[in-house]
Amino acid sequence: MEAEKLQSLRDAAKKVRIGVIEGTHAAKSGHPGGSLSIADILTYLYFEEMNVDPADPRMADRDRFVLSKGHCAPALYAVLAARGFFPAEELTTLRRYPSRLQGHPDMNSTPGVDMSTGSLGLGVSAAAGMALAAKIDGKPYRVYTAVGDGESEEGQVWEACMFAAHYKLDNLTVIIDWNGLQIDGPVAEVMNPTPHDEKLKAFGFHVVSIDGHDFNQMEAAFREARQTKGRPTAIIAKTVKGKGVSFMENQVKWHGSAPNDEQYAQAIAELKGGN
Amino acid sequence: MADKIATREAYGDALVALADKYDFVVLDADLAEATKTVKFKKAHPERFFDCGIAEGNMMSVAAGIATTGKTVFASSFAMFAAGRAFEQVRNSIGYPHLNVKIGATHAGITVGEDGATHQCNEDIALMRTIPGMTIVNPADAVEARAAVEAALSANGPFYLRFGRFAVPVLNDAATYRFELGKGVLLADGTDVTIVATGLMVSVALEARAALAAEGISARVINIHTIKPLDGEILAKAAKETGAIVTAEEHNIIGGLGSAVAESVSQSCPVPVVRVGVKDVYGHSGTVPALLEAYGLTAANLVAAAKAAVAKKSPAKA
Repeated sequence: MEAEKLQSLRDAAKKVRIGVIEGTHAAKSGHPGGSLSIADILTYLYFEEMNVDPADPRMADRDRFVLSKGHCAPALYAVLAARGFFPAEELTTLRRYPSRLQGHPDMNSTPGVDMSTGSLGLGVSAAAGMALAAKIDGKPYRVYTAVGDGESEEGQVWEACMFAAHYKLDNLTVIIDWNGLQIDGPVAEVMNPTPHDEKLKAFGFHVVSIDGHDFNQMEAAFREARQTKGRPTAIIAKTVKGKGVSFMENQVKWHGSAPNDEQYAQAIAELKGGN
Repeated sequence: MADKIATREAYGDALVALADKYDFVVLDADLAEATKTVKFKKAHPERFFDCGIAEGNMMSVAAGIATTGKTVFASSFAMFAAGRAFEQVRNSIGYPHLNVKIGATHAGITVGEDGATHQCNEDIALMRTIPGMTIVNPADAVEARAAVEAALSANGPFYLRFGRFAVPVLNDAATYRFELGKGVLLADGTDVTIVATGLMVSVALEARAALAAEGISARVINIHTIKPLDGEILAKAAKETGAIVTAEEHNIIGGLGSAVAESVSQSCPVPVVRVGVKDVYGHSGTVPALLEAYGLTAANLVAAAKAAVAKKSPAKA
């Protein structure tokens, strides 16, 4: 990837992370940890990979994204705002009545949200449905969905994977945000869903493993997904929960708690100082 | 009139008959032979998708398809469509108000020999609690076909409830008009009103004849659309007859009986006696044996009507 493009993606990701911190700080609740782990991937999707138009959020043949790990809505809202779907000032209305930025994504209130999600395990199925619809109509659009590693403990994730492979949905890309932590502790200790790569291969997926904070690896992985025919692709993205904020990184307590004023100031300073 | 057809058969026929007029796809969860979506599968294989035995996934897949502008029928037995997949129906379909029409067959105890695990007497109660969900429980094959077209013509999620067991055809296919959300006054009466839904509608008409022989004039109303409920026809019946009996092949908790009681308690409070499955599980058996055992008979409706009349306040008695 050219240096200029790389820098612009990093700048956008920085905006997204700042948006996550601003939103959850203002809301005094929310899920910053997983929002920060998926922030780079969402940035790549919305700024590089997906065919979307902020001026026409419901454009007929747009690419679609389903945030199956819906609690990471702060990151989705931040990337949509950064991409111009709505004003970034709105991010601080997160989770407050009657803001259109609800705790979990609502497709009918937020421009750019393609599916309402939040209850874990349901989003992959919805994404598979969208991908099937594209096949039925012979449309060129692609569908992306992000699933939490803890979320993959939900049986429906695997029902959806079976379905996607059965119907050869090569226009579907499932991203596993493998940050290693869930509410009750390390994923491996709570209910180990690994190995994802072998399981997904056995379910009929083409599987690519990447560093979920490396834009060069994302570029290659998404290209590989587009070039893979006859089967869906899973991208297993190794990430760091809380990525970019030193005191949040790899700390399970930041799964679902918001920064106070002091923590907010430190987080923003770190993010603005970083590259 | 002598014809008996299961409403699930009519469902399968309607999907085929309406395939050219409307743009929709059909999903099933390995029960196409039983839900009768197999008829559509044979006629339009390119628009039929089996989801295997994974009803939760099917409902969320249906929602995903619907976001792209297509209408989707998703079929399974009532137990698995409304029961197993309740949360997917609520969160993936109901909350975003998507155009998914749930075709739920094998509702109630008339599933018969398969017994309690497959006899869903709770589906109406579950679906009623989902905001924006329209619920239609047709009384016969003519109404079932009309309900499918009504679902296709309307926006938003529908729960269409069909039965396994063949039931009498009450309506004349040539003249019948289906009005979503409107109760149907089938027979007038002045002493009591039997409000029935599904296969209990024909049983209610039988009961009316028996009551007439005993000098009791019973009105019969068919409520095919349980949500939104026709409060107007119920209030009028309460006011004019002073007592109501509800009749449904469903738990008396949460179904038609509850819906009617909730409605008339606000519009015109009168005694309401609920006939249905009395908060118990089903059982294996032949359909006639089960209808008898669970009190879904004309004789029981007659007794309920008398009880309701006896409870009227003196002014209305």
